[in-house]
Amino acid sequence: MSDRQMDGDKPSEHDEDVTLLRVPVSLDYDYSAGVSASRFLRGIEQGKLLGQRCPVDGRVYFPSRGSCPQHAVTFGDETVDLSDKGTIVTFSIVRVPSANIPLELPYIAVNVVLDGADTILMHVLDANPEDVHMGMRVQAVWKPREEWTTSTANILYFRAIDEPDADYDQYKEHI
Amino acid sequence: MAELTAVVGIGQTKYEAKRLDLSMPGLVRDAAEKALVDADCSWADIDAVILGKAPDLFEGVMMPELFLNEALGGAYKPMLRVHTAGSVGGSTAIVAASMVQSGVHDRVLCVAFEKQSESNAIWALTISAPFSLATVAGAGGYFAPLVRGYIRRSGAPEDTGIRVAVKDRENALRNPLAHLRLEDISFDLVANSPMLWDPIRYLETCPSSDGACALVLENESLASKRSNKLAWIHATEMRSEPTMFSGRDQVMPQATLDNAKNLYKKAGITKPREEIDCAEIYVPFSWFEPMWMEGMLITEPNQGWKMTYEGATALDGDFPVNMSGGVLSSNPIGASGLIRFAEAARQVRGIAGEHQVDGARKALGHAYGGGSQYFSTWIVDSAKP
Repeated sequence: MSDRQMDGDKPSEHDEDVTLLRVPVSLDYDYSAGVSASRFLRGIEQGKLLGQRCPVDGRVYFPSRGSCPQHAVTFGDETVDLSDKGTIVTFSIVRVPSANIPLELPYIAVNVVLDGADTILMHVLDANPEDVHMGMRVQAVWKPREEWTTSTANILYFRAIDEPDADYDQYKEHI
Repeated sequence: MAELTAVVGIGQTKYEAKRLDLSMPGLVRDAAEKALVDADCSWADIDAVILGKAPDLFEGVMMPELFLNEALGGAYKPMLRVHTAGSVGGSTAIVAASMVQSGVHDRVLCVAFEKQSESNAIWALTISAPFSLATVAGAGGYFAPLVRGYIRRSGAPEDTGIRVAVKDRENALRNPLAHLRLEDISFDLVANSPMLWDPIRYLETCPSSDGACALVLENESLASKRSNKLAWIHATEMRSEPTMFSGRDQVMPQATLDNAKNLYKKAGITKPREEIDCAEIYVPFSWFEPMWMEGMLITEPNQGWKMTYEGATALDGDFPVNMSGGVLSSNPIGASGLIRFAEAARQVRGIAGEHQVDGARKALGHAYGGGSQYFSTWIVDSAKP
């Protein structure tokens, strides 16, 4: 400021620093799912939950991306039909909004292991937050059939079913 | 035989929610200039520049290293950008160190930053793969179920996380650079703060900060000419593992255990809790203090919470952790790992001010990132190995 005054430059409102500017950027991407994910997505489009077995340790991956992240081997063409029932291995009750999650707060984010699968699926549970617990048995509630697309969002949410809780030792390795 | 390497310069900005007074280049320049002053050298003395930050999607600036390099005196010099998610600050220091240790360069500047006020980390971390349902709101949404898993398996009292938060926030009151300095911090204040991602409360969560951190690293022949106290790098280690695979122990990943074992082996440490004087650990949510006390093999499995409970990790405890106030008090994400490494170096140099651990000679700096899948650590010491 003092330098400018010495130069005879009158300070004005335009001398304020520009400290923040909003610059929105947006872009739509194309995405190639590939052979394996396409098979999975075509399955879920028909209401089928298709897993795949790792040839090294025999564990069933759902969703499958066609290869084992641990052993770096491909799964081949064989699929395993899975139940839409499963067990909650752990969860969180979320009270933080995110612009890209269209759910009312609070919602219950759950890590579910479907019966017959050996990996977790991240989804949501429709329940009273006080009732949710580890080991809870749940089943998928699907969107109306005419709304099914190639997305795991065909499952609206999971809901508790009238079965005894799973034993901690049965699911603890999935936490 | 690798070249022995020392931290000879450390620079940090003041961490704040919004550094409207500084642009991104201004932010990194501020930290770098302070590191150069501390190292008593000029821009011309730097052989190479290493820059680290979290994903470009945060600030929406593509390849920020391109336009930031000029603010860091990088013209015509070798320049690299590092990225390993939240652990990137630590990895940045390790990449810089390896350039000196390998004998490729004599003196390297490394800088890491984040300007969270110009970004939306929760949004950027909630992008899910195409065709899948987004359910995880930010990092807290990912880690809360793992914290629940830790509580279940360890039987830790549910207020362990509150105690960590109080301790780190009290330490932050001793650190003039810390972003969050809550004068009225108390157990009740944390306990009564809102649950964000149950079981993680608001005050058990890191803030969003603007800031940058910088280090100058030198080889032995240059550093040995100096008369001041230095931080000699005794060992570095980096490990990773996939985000998801069947049977993955997400609470105590194999990568952290492997990282710890190899770090101590390289550093010649056999009893880490006794031999290390203090540690600055990446704890973005309070429960990760006991989890990483176990993950860094400082204590036995499922016993980490006892260290918090017994006051071992307090500033005057037998194993002080997060003397600076930690990530819970300042979190410019890309820089957060480097700040941990820098604090370890400050401690062994005896220049940590009000949060100095008396007589600290050997310190651990630690960072992790992604879905608990990237780990970067180092051991620094006031003496050569």
